[in-house]
Amino acid sequence: MLSLDFLDDVRRMNKRQLYYQVLNFGMIVSSALMIWKGLMVVTGSESPIVVVLSGSMEPAFHRGDLLFLTNRIEDPIRVGEIVVFRIEGREIPIVHRVLKIHEKQNGDIKFLTKGDNNAVDDRGLYKQGQHWLEKKDVVGRARGFVPYIGIVTILMNDYPKFKVRALLFPACFSHPSYNSFIRTRAEPCSLHICCCRCQCALLCLLCSLFQYAVLFLLGLFVLVHRE
Amino acid sequence: MNTVLSRANSLFAFSLSVMAALTFGCFITTAFKERSVPVRIAVSRVTLKNVEDFTGPRERSDLGFVTFDITADLQSIFDWNVKQLFLYLSAEYSTKNNALNQVVLWDKIMLRGDNPRLSLKDMKSKYFFFDDGNGLKGNRNITLTLSWNVVPNAGILPLVTGSGHVSVPFPDNYETTKSY
Repeated sequence: MLSLDFLDDVRRMNKRQLYYQVLNFGMIVSSALMIWKGLMVVTGSESPIVVVLSGSMEPAFHRGDLLFLTNRIEDPIRVGEIVVFRIEGREIPIVHRVLKIHEKQNGDIKFLTKGDNNAVDDRGLYKQGQHWLEKKDVVGRARGFVPYIGIVTILMNDYPKFKVRALLFPACFSHPSYNSFIRTRAEPCSLHICCCRCQCALLCLLCSLFQYAVLFLLGLFVLVHRE
Repeated sequence: MNTVLSRANSLFAFSLSVMAALTFGCFITTAFKERSVPVRIAVSRVTLKNVEDFTGPRERSDLGFVTFDITADLQSIFDWNVKQLFLYLSAEYSTKNNALNQVVLWDKIMLRGDNPRLSLKDMKSKYFFFDDGNGLKGNRNITLTLSWNVVPNAGILPLVTGSGHVSVPFPDNYETTKSY
């Protein structure tokens, strides 16, 4: 059984290897955090990657799509742009398109938004008495798009017990198969991560990169989907 | 590699890596493409009224009505990485109150597979053309442009403006009859 294999190997590991594994994991989590904060600075947005949560922008964006945002001051808000904004007093960001802007000489701008799939503009969504949005409500403008990947965060939010299991899942596969390591000196894959007695070094490398990538992405998504 | 689970694991890992590479390939092969085409816009009728803005702040504002024609051939924009084009006709002008105003008059979603040749005649605007104030009366220079947002399968979301715009003057008087 999988869990028994895991525990056997843990017992066989000496302290140094255990520390190595823990540090490895810690490195991955902290590089995820560094990249996240770095993106926040480069893009100027407080949330540079968002997951689309509603179907109000179909057929362009569906639930679970990932959007890359920027919020640089030199880029003024113009009609037709897809903005992600938060209404005062509400946590959830909304992804809609700008319908109308009125900008004054000094740069003060007020604008109206509408979802592509909605029949009416967003005035019904704004606060009572609020007719326009302002720059301060904007989290960012959507500049890039990757489909489907964000479903993971939606699933983790809807089924919170899976959050823990999903994080442990790649860890189970990440345990070094110390039997083969100890027995065979000449080993094509020197990364110790994949459970390999495989001959193909490339597949081994991909396997291990994937384990790193999954841990990295899961760390990133836990940060993204903090609600 | 002799348990079902480890084989499934490597298979899963490999397929995810291949899909990620394909997605990146999709993005990088179309990232620097030119996405502008010539567009012909013609305006046949312009009317102006002054009513209470029932769509928003209830002040008396200028309400414009524009009847327009659009001709464009967007066939060359669609490629393997374009999922849809979000077309919108926007009016840009400046008034005493605001240095820059932009209003979307009409929009259309054009999916890949739909007829890419636009040949629309005598179209009425989809959205109410309310100004923030009374700046449309006698405004000599209202520029109508057709732009589109290219929505890819994966990659950048550029906003492209078609080359070819038209400038319309608005009348000096309000229309009082119940026309349109």
